Amino acid sequence: MMLIECPVCKEKRPELEFRYAGEAHIARPEDPDALSDQEWAKYLFIRSNPRGTHFERWVHAHGCAKFFNAVRDTVTDKFVMTYKCGEARPSPEQIAERQS
Amino acid sequence: MSQYRRTKKGRVDSRQQISFSFDGKTYQGLKGDTLASALLANGVHLVGRSFKYHRPRGIMAAGSDEANALVAFDRGEARVTPNMRATTLELYDGFKAQSQNNWPSLNFDVTAINDRLSAFFPAGFYNKTFMWPKSFWDKVYEPAIRATAGLGPAPKAADPDKYDANYTHCETLIVGAGPAGIAAARAAAKKGGRVILVDEQGELGGSLLSAPDQKIDGQPAWDWLAESLAELDAAENVTLMPRTTAIGYYHDNFLGLAERLTDHLPEDAAEGPRERLHRVWAQEVILATGAIERPLVFAGNDRPGVMLASAAQTFLNRYGVAVGEKIAVVTGHDSAYKAAFDLSDADIEIAVIVDCRAQVDQKLIAEAEKRGISLRTGHTVTATKGRHRVKSITINKVNGDQVDPAGETLECDALIMSGGWTPSVHLWSHSKGSLQWRDDIAAYVPDKPNENAICVGACNGDFGIGAAMAAGAKAAGGDHTFDVDDTWPWTGAGTLEILPTHRDESRIKAFVDFQNDVTAKDIRLAVREGFKSIEHIKRYTTTGMATDQGKTSNLNGLQIAASALGRPVPQVGLTTFRPPYTPTTYGALAGNNGGAAFDVVRKTSIDGWAEEHGAVFEPVGLWRRARYFPRDGEDMHQAVAREGKATRDSLGIFDASTLGKIEVVGPDAAEFLNRMYTNPWTKLGVGRCRYGLMLGEDGYIMDDGVIGRLADDRFHVTTTTGGAPRVLAHMEDYLQTEWPDLDVWLTSITEQWAVIALNGPNARKLIEPFVEGVDLSSDAFPHMAVRECKVCGIDARLFRVSFSGELGFEINVPAHYGRALWETLYAAGQQYDITPYGTEVMHVLRAEKGFIIVGQDTDGTVTPYDAGMSWAIGKKKKDFVGKRSLARPDIVAEGRKQLVGLMTKNPKTVLEEGAQIVMTPNQSIPMEMVGHVTSSYWSETLGHSIALALVADGHDLKGQTIYVPMPDEMIEAEIVDTIFYDKQGEQLNVF
Repeated sequence: MMLIECPVCKEKRPELEFRYAGEAHIARPEDPDALSDQEWAKYLFIRSNPRGTHFERWVHAHGCAKFFNAVRDTVTDKFVMTYKCGEARPSPEQIAERQS
Repeated sequence: MSQYRRTKKGRVDSRQQISFSFDGKTYQGLKGDTLASALLANGVHLVGRSFKYHRPRGIMAAGSDEANALVAFDRGEARVTPNMRATTLELYDGFKAQSQNNWPSLNFDVTAINDRLSAFFPAGFYNKTFMWPKSFWDKVYEPAIRATAGLGPAPKAADPDKYDANYTHCETLIVGAGPAGIAAARAAAKKGGRVILVDEQGELGGSLLSAPDQKIDGQPAWDWLAESLAELDAAENVTLMPRTTAIGYYHDNFLGLAERLTDHLPEDAAEGPRERLHRVWAQEVILATGAIERPLVFAGNDRPGVMLASAAQTFLNRYGVAVGEKIAVVTGHDSAYKAAFDLSDADIEIAVIVDCRAQVDQKLIAEAEKRGISLRTGHTVTATKGRHRVKSITINKVNGDQVDPAGETLECDALIMSGGWTPSVHLWSHSKGSLQWRDDIAAYVPDKPNENAICVGACNGDFGIGAAMAAGAKAAGGDHTFDVDDTWPWTGAGTLEILPTHRDESRIKAFVDFQNDVTAKDIRLAVREGFKSIEHIKRYTTTGMATDQGKTSNLNGLQIAASALGRPVPQVGLTTFRPPYTPTTYGALAGNNGGAAFDVVRKTSIDGWAEEHGAVFEPVGLWRRARYFPRDGEDMHQAVAREGKATRDSLGIFDASTLGKIEVVGPDAAEFLNRMYTNPWTKLGVGRCRYGLMLGEDGYIMDDGVIGRLADDRFHVTTTTGGAPRVLAHMEDYLQTEWPDLDVWLTSITEQWAVIALNGPNARKLIEPFVEGVDLSSDAFPHMAVRECKVCGIDARLFRVSFSGELGFEINVPAHYGRALWETLYAAGQQYDITPYGTEVMHVLRAEKGFIIVGQDTDGTVTPYDAGMSWAIGKKKKDFVGKRSLARPDIVAEGRKQLVGLMTKNPKTVLEEGAQIVMTPNQSIPMEMVGHVTSSYWSETLGHSIALALVADGHDLKGQTIYVPMPDEMIEAEIVDTIFYDKQGEQLNVF
């Protein structure tokens, strides 16, 4: 079972307390009506599904109930880092530094 | 004592005789014996029949790698455990076990005819044979296969045992209490921090238990072992866990340890849980899991009496049992010589040592000569004979690639073999540590770790006790090196995939996987038939797929496949190791969560009343809800008809406490609801309610419920019973991540309020005397109104709402007052013949009104338009979750399934929910299906069956006849409006 650091509680807690919530950094468009069908479909359905570094959302469902973001490697399953909602996407350098 | 017991050898206690039974026959064993060692001490080798060919099988190993000797461990009818390895069952007085997979008896098994018919059971036999005709599968093939397949019997009664589980943490977890593990534990104990040392065996010591003549730091091995274990036992930071298998190694150094607590005790001495599953987080993990000896692959290598050399050595040195009186040895690895010499030194005759290698270490030759053992290097075994136990073997000389057909037959009563050693990298691989191939030992060894883990000793490919112990100590931060007289050579790759033979290889059975009866020729056949990937070869031949997961067979199978493919082993790869390491009981995995504790059952505060009044319950999500309240032998149909009629005619009372409830509070609460629900909320007055419809961002209906405005900044939101957590999570998601600027708080209040629904023309008359401070007249408190008030002196939230179409009220009171209020109302309602009703009537009454149930009449692909609920969409709202999707091309396209009512031509016919709908009855099969029935009931009110259905373009088909094909009839029905009863809603305002 993975241990996940909740950036709000600032504690490593068992995976059981958390729920996965899809890819991160996909903001809901300000004005959905202004989008073409293709653009809206892309927002709704298209996800990056990378091999390797993945930015994703988790929620500390059985803890503080806060959503947060995480960088996880989809090959090793390992969490590289977690950070609060609203914080910038970590740079490749920051991720590499954490991984080393 | 039998002639096979060597009382001067072994760790068994010859003063403590134990009586045990196998296949109904009573034998004597000694304290410390396993079932396997005790049977061998009684000269019993034949213990089972093989899986596919029902060949006689004996004991081939001495530990958990045993593939043949599977027995049913019998602790009474409810406690029969099938497929237990005889080599790991610890004997106690009164122990009972039975052999498996034979009929009528072990010695005479009718199904053994399969062995003669083996030409008809090639690799992929099931896949090939039972393909055609398809219609034979359900009725002929599958029952026949099931009757003859499988090994042991299942217990016939529910498991009476208790199982326990816990979470544990430690700094150092050491798996395997052999020399490497114990050296590691001693170093770790000195270093400090919590140390756990686990071993699957009842006695800690690993290979040292089979090596009494070893010296460690000047001490005999068993003295050193006793001293070390005493030291560890006394250390406060060390926990020793025998009979505990590390079954799986997961992310972040999290391991499952299955501890067996009572199976080794007589039944009357067994107290407490049978097993305990420890879930452990360890800072560092030291794997000292040892190595498993490989069998050699040759014709007749599965005959009882043929076993691993190390097993024979263990039976002698640890259990004081000679596995035979005249033992032959066949090997490709040096370690078998030590076994042979130990046996010889215990006055057991060694018939011959056959070494398939041409060159052997001079020291081994000298030692063999010293003992007068005949040594045949550059030889092979081409056959074994003996019906229920090996009686003789045929050996032939190998000249280069040629095998001399002139064989020599030698008598023996056991044949021990060694094809080299396979490091036990199972747990390492669970943890996703990588492996590398080592040609010199013909095995995979650990390479790069993925967790904070290290392999030491034989599981790392470092054979030899001294090296293993030094590595163990070093891994735990120690620097002790051990003085071990470890002078035996541990070389020999055993790279032979199959022993050379002059015989036609397509006609001999040389077993690779003993438990699944897979032979070398099966693997070659699979390759000839075009299987290239080792994963496919594994699945096609079933090599390594038995309960032992190929502990003894994987590498042999791999080498045979690699050779058939003409590629080196590392290029062929390796199949995946998966938990559990050894078979684990469901009880251990379930732990405390058995029986009533299997799942949470949520009960309302009124549940007890319903139970006392004979309610029949149904599960709804985790809740249990009263479905109906049968009286005097009524069936469900009669009870539902009565409850529904009483509600429409006078007064029904219903426990609606399970409704999901969320309080939405804050200056931006109305704006937040505007965005989450399709309906407009800004102008909803305080004290008023509105039906709310929630969509997913994809535009499909997700949930619904009535929402009451208690104050400008406070809403009482209700959700479906099963949807409450999902809706709250959905709201939180948008609030936290999309609109953190909104000043809103969300609180689950489902459990805080008990909800009593009163429906029927007399509902107002009943509650009026109990309500304080609210004028209940229709003018002052109209339909869809809400007030905070007191009911029976209790703080309440009173809603005037109706899910039945009748005049209705829902009284919310703090949950602990729920039953008291219910009883008060029930008593006062007797004058109106108040009738408690359950979810079944609730469903019927709402269907008569055409109210949907989300999840029943919708399925995640139904839009508000499809459901005929365009009226619920706030037309002037710029945005809400799901709005943009309602303009998606596929959602505005024609041909979507739309919700309609159905009335059958025959009023008595009640359609089946889920039944498919067609437009014309006389189509060829498969018919064109245009929709399906979502809800269907008998309506006592209308004297007619009613149904709701999703039908393609259904809204335009009102008045049309559709057909519902059933196995025995074609049902005719008319598409009608979804509201069947009181279309004008007059009943809502009855006074």
